[in-house]
Amino acid sequence: MASVEFKNVTKSFGEFKAVADVSFDIADGEFVCLLGPSGCGKTTSLRMMAGLETPSSGKILIGGEEVTHLHPKDRNIAMVFQDYALYPHMNLADNIAYPLKVRGEPVAQRHARAKEVADVLKIGHLMDRLPSQISGGQQQRTSLARALVYPAKVYLFDEPLSNLDAKLRLEARGFLNHLQRDMGMTAVYVTHDQAEAMALATRIAVMDQGHIVQFASPIEIYRRPATTFVANFVGNPPMNLVEVEGAQVDGKLALKAEGLTIAGLAMTDAIGKALTASGKLTLGLRPEHLGIAAAGAVNTITAPLFANENMGPESLVTVDRGDSARVTARIFTDDHLDLSNVVTLGFSAEHVHLFDSAGKRIPALGE
Amino acid sequence: MKLTIPAFVGRIAFSALAALIGAIFALPLLWFLFAPFNARAELGLALPDPWTLNNFVTVFGNSYAVQALWNSFIQAVGGVILVGAAATLAAYALSRSSIPGKGAVTYILLLFSSVVSGSAAMVPIFLIVSAAGLMDTHLAVILTFAGGLLPTAMFILRDFIDSIPKSYEESAMVAGASPVQAFFDVALPVIRPGIVVVVVWGFVNIWGSFLIPFILLRSDSNMPASVAIYSFYSEAGTPIVTLLAAYSLIYSLPVIALYLFVSWKFGFRFFGGIKA
Ligand SMILES: Nc1ncnc2c1ncn2[C@@H]1O[C@H](COP(=O)(O)OP(=O)(O)OP(=O)(O)O)[C@@H](O)[C@H]1O
Ligand SMILES: [Mg+2]
Repeated sequence: MASVEFKNVTKSFGEFKAVADVSFDIADGEFVCLLGPSGCGKTTSLRMMAGLETPSSGKILIGGEEVTHLHPKDRNIAMVFQDYALYPHMNLADNIAYPLKVRGEPVAQRHARAKEVADVLKIGHLMDRLPSQISGGQQQRTSLARALVYPAKVYLFDEPLSNLDAKLRLEARGFLNHLQRDMGMTAVYVTHDQAEAMALATRIAVMDQGHIVQFASPIEIYRRPATTFVANFVGNPPMNLVEVEGAQVDGKLALKAEGLTIAGLAMTDAIGKALTASGKLTLGLRPEHLGIAAAGAVNTITAPLFANENMGPESLVTVDRGDSARVTARIFTDDHLDLSNVVTLGFSAEHVHLFDSAGKRIPALGE
Repeated sequence: MKLTIPAFVGRIAFSALAALIGAIFALPLLWFLFAPFNARAELGLALPDPWTLNNFVTVFGNSYAVQALWNSFIQAVGGVILVGAAATLAAYALSRSSIPGKGAVTYILLLFSSVVSGSAAMVPIFLIVSAAGLMDTHLAVILTFAGGLLPTAMFILRDFIDSIPKSYEESAMVAGASPVQAFFDVALPVIRPGIVVVVVWGFVNIWGSFLIPFILLRSDSNMPASVAIYSFYSEAGTPIVTLLAAYSLIYSLPVIALYLFVSWKFGFRFFGGIKA
């Protein structure tokens, strides 16, 4: 196990910067998820750690040693590919044992070790099959077994669960979480599924257009998203963002928007600064912090009902404020919600997130 | 399903036409199968009466004809090994490396390949081979064919390799393999069906070609079967049909055997990418 470090790493394809001046530190034993939308540079970053892509500039360190230009074979890392990359002409035993073969281990020993790992992953009875003769979930576990069969400094995963169906994915996710607790491996895990990242990571790097927007623990990212982009990306459903007009009234912050009533919020220096730049702010509210408003509630959003979806333990209630500015509430009840055509959603002031006109989080009082 | 009367008549007419065309193509093939076993074979189609192997005995008694088959074999196998090995390595490099303009290189080579083994280039080829002192050697024939077939073989193989995910070799290298190891352990076995196609195609091409060996070779002892067939003519220039037929059958057997072997062993199936 070892740490991983990026120092001002940039990767350009022609004019286009897939990864732009990225720096971060991953400590020994951390499980870091690179999270972001398609094309934001997650795979490119991972491939640079593996040595399959060379940075255009910057440095990469693994375990404190510079590896920027080192061949993949000399980095002692393991990687699980999105398409699994199982060798079609080798049976599972040879597939899993391949890393040991190139390390010069004798056949009997490496097959024994492969069987050991395969047994843990519950594919030990399939060792004679070819990859084309096993199911997708078994292929996924085979590729995992091949990565785990030798001790590596860092384990890299490129969306290893994306080809699995929903149920298998949950199962594999749980297994990976268990494995991480068990082995304490240093891992970098690429995904665009925020739930996967939240569940697995000790820290999440949220990426957008080649930049890291926020690098923090899942809880921190959930509680204090650094930008509207992160807020909108993490959470299921994502945070509601409402454009509001802000003004200082009687030493308090008053927010104005269609259908919104809200009591004055405490002013801070940060809010004051954002207001002088522009009166336009963004109000963020997580769906799970919204409910059907009690009569006489102060903090509310009122708008025509758009959708009312019952999901079993919870209901998603969406109202439409016009111009597709929708607000969704996640209401934890297994009862059917009887709603009128116009719905008033309520929230409490402590759950309010504020972002300035550039989309940057305005720290709440005491942050 | 019920057929209407016109549709039914139409089908019968179509089947009859198809049968007729089939028969026209089958006739020469039947002659090809019957004539070698007929002691009095002529250009007309006739059932052998009696069936005999005398024609073959005569052919095998002709040392020039037997030597020619062996020469064909040397030239075809030599050419195929050269083409197969060179095309695999070149196509792999073209497919996997990021040389700028590699697409253009392949297309230009492809364009010239039809020239090299074509009759237009015969004079320059003759001059080059003769200047290299390779006149009347197997090597001259092998090299000329290799040059002519290589671009197309590269083109076929590059397409084939392009369709194989890079992640095979990448996962091997991450696992600790050198590029050479990754090539032999992982890439080559996956490319093999493509190589087989190229090898069969190259073999058939060299085995059946007449012009190049005819021009580049002098002595009878070096001539391949495609040229030797012309020895079964009488002084007057009329073909000795019995021997010609027997020799042709022998001459075509290796190619048929190769196809059967390959389709038995590989089934002409490709297993390129895995199901995602
Ligand atoms: N070899 C390449 N040549 C040119 N552009 C590339 C190359 N590889 C990646 N890119 C570009 O770099 C950007 C980042 O690619 P990358 O594969 O890292 O995205 P990603 O975050 O992994 O996305 P996804 O979630 O869709 O896999 C994309 O816009 C992509 O088009
Ligand atoms: Mg990707």
